[in-house]
Amino acid sequence: MRNIVTMTRRELTAQFYSPIAYVVLVVFLVLSGIIFGMANFQPGAEASARMLFGLVPLILVLVSPLLTMRLLSDEFRTGTIETLMTAPINDAEVILGKFLGTFLFYLVMLAGTLVYPIILSFYGSLDTGLALCSYVGLLLVGGLFISVGLFFSTCTQNQVIAAICTLAILAVFTFLGDWLASGQEGTLRVILQHLSIRSHYEVFVRGLLDSNHVVFFITSTALFLFLGVKALEFRRWR
Amino acid sequence: MIEVKNLTKHYGAIRAIDNLTFSVGSDTTGNIIGFLGPNGAGKSTTIRILSCFQPADSGMATVAGYNVFTQSLDVRRNIGYLPESAPLYTEMRVREYLHFRGKLHGMSRRDRDNAVRSVTERCWLGDFVDRPIGQLSKGMRQRVGLADALLHDPKVIFLDEPTIGLDPMQIRETRKLIRELGDRHIVFLSSHILHEVEQICTHAIVIASGRILASGAPAELRERISAGSRLIAEIKGSPDAVVAAVKSLSGVGAVESDTQDEWTRLSIEANGAGDIREEVFKLASEKGWSLREMRREVASLEDFFIKITAEQRTGRG
Repeated sequence: MRNIVTMTRRELTAQFYSPIAYVVLVVFLVLSGIIFGMANFQPGAEASARMLFGLVPLILVLVSPLLTMRLLSDEFRTGTIETLMTAPINDAEVILGKFLGTFLFYLVMLAGTLVYPIILSFYGSLDTGLALCSYVGLLLVGGLFISVGLFFSTCTQNQVIAAICTLAILAVFTFLGDWLASGQEGTLRVILQHLSIRSHYEVFVRGLLDSNHVVFFITSTALFLFLGVKALEFRRWR
Repeated sequence: MIEVKNLTKHYGAIRAIDNLTFSVGSDTTGNIIGFLGPNGAGKSTTIRILSCFQPADSGMATVAGYNVFTQSLDVRRNIGYLPESAPLYTEMRVREYLHFRGKLHGMSRRDRDNAVRSVTERCWLGDFVDRPIGQLSKGMRQRVGLADALLHDPKVIFLDEPTIGLDPMQIRETRKLIRELGDRHIVFLSSHILHEVEQICTHAIVIASGRILASGAPAELRERISAGSRLIAEIKGSPDAVVAAVKSLSGVGAVESDTQDEWTRLSIEANGAGDIREEVFKLASEKGWSLREMRREVASLEDFFIKITAEQRTGRG
C-alpha cells in the first residue's frame, strides 16, 4: 500500500514535469471549450452541457494515449525498470501506482471543465444531478482509457507504438462499436453492442446512474490493469 | 552470502549462462567479489538473476540467505543494484530521486534524510543534490546510481561494470569507494578489466560464454595468467654464448634472440609457472654481462580466456 502511494506520487510529479502532459491539458481544454461554445452560444440554443459531455470522450480518445504512452515503455527504454523492479515493490504495485498517478492528472484535466456547468448555471437552471452523473461517467471512461493505455505501454518500449495501439483500440470501441454491431445479427450483435464504450457512456450523459454500466467500466478497467500486470511479468520472464 | 547452484538461462536459442555454480561472500573469499569476463560472457545476466530482475531457466540461487526465486521481495530488501548504464529518472532532482528510492525501501522520513546526507557525501555528490539528474554528466549519474545502491545500507551490493564510461580520476575515486564498501557490505561487481579486479577484489570468478573458467584470489589468477607469459631481457655479450647460457637455465623453454649493436634482445618462454627473472639476473652477473632491460610481457585477459578455453577443450583444465 505504501509502495502504491510512493509510485502514485512519483508518477503524478512526472506528469507535471513532462511537456506532453501540458500539451494534452491545453488541447483538451481548448477542444472542450470550442465544443461548449458552439453548442451553447448560438441564438436559441438550450443552456445545456449535454452536447459537451457527449463529445468529451471523443477528445479523450485522441489525447489519453499521449498521457499513458510513456508510463512503462519509457522505463523499459531507459532501463530504469531494472532499478525499479529490483527494489522491494511488486508488479501490481507498480501498475496500480502508475495508473493512479495518471488518473489524478486526469482529474486535474477534468477539473478545468468544471467552469462550463458553472457558466451555464448563470444562464439557466443547471440540472446538477445530470452534471454530476455525467462527471461520474467521465471518471469511469477516463479510468478505462488510462488502463488500456497503460497496458499497451507495458507491452512495448516504443512510446509511439504504445500510443498508436491505444488509439486504435479506443477508437474502435468508442466510435465503431455501434456501427459494427448494426451490421451483425444474433449473439455477435449483442456482444458487440455490449462492448461499445460510447453506448455505455451515453447512459450517464442522459442522467441515468445504472449499476450495469458502472460495472462494465469498472470490470473492464480492472481487466486491463490485470493484463498490464501480466504483461510486466511476462516481459521480465523473457 | 551469495550461493548459486547449476544456474542456467537461455535467451531464445542462445545460452547466456550455463550451469553456473559458486558460493561467495564467506570468510574464505572476502567481501569484494569480482566477476570477470569478456563482453557477452553472461555477467549482466547473472547479476540480473541474482538481483531478482529476471528469473533463470533452472538452478537455484540464494542471496543474503533468501531464495532469489521464491523470496524475491526479501532478497530485494537486502540488496543494492547499480545496472551497467546507471539508468535514472532524468526529470527528477538528485535528492528527490534518492528520497523516492528510500521510500520504496520503506525508510522513514528521518532515516531518509540521514541516509541521503551520508550517501551523497560518500559518493561526492554534495554540490549536486539539488540539480536535475538530466543535467548531470555520465560520471555524476554513475555516482547517483551508486548512492542509490548504498542508500538503505544493504547487505549485498551488485555493481555491473561500475567504472565503465568514467574518466581516469573518477575511476580511481570509484575504486577507492568500492574498497571502503567491503568493510560493511558484500560487493559483487562485474568487470572486463583484469587489472581492476586485481586492484579491488578479494576474490575473482572468471566467466566466458556463460561458463566459469576459474575462480580464486586475484593474485592466484594473475599467476595462472602470467604462467603463459614471456620474459624480455636485453643482455650485452656475445650472442651465441648468451643464448646458450640462458637456454641451459632450468625452467626455460624456447628462446628467441635478436642482436643489435652489442646488445642481444632475448624473448624467453617459461616452462611451467615458476618465475625465472632472478635466475636470469644471477646468470648475467656471474658471467659479468650487463643487463639493461628485463620485463615480463604479461598475457592479457583475452589471452588468458583463449588459453583456458583451449585447455578445457583438450580436457586439461
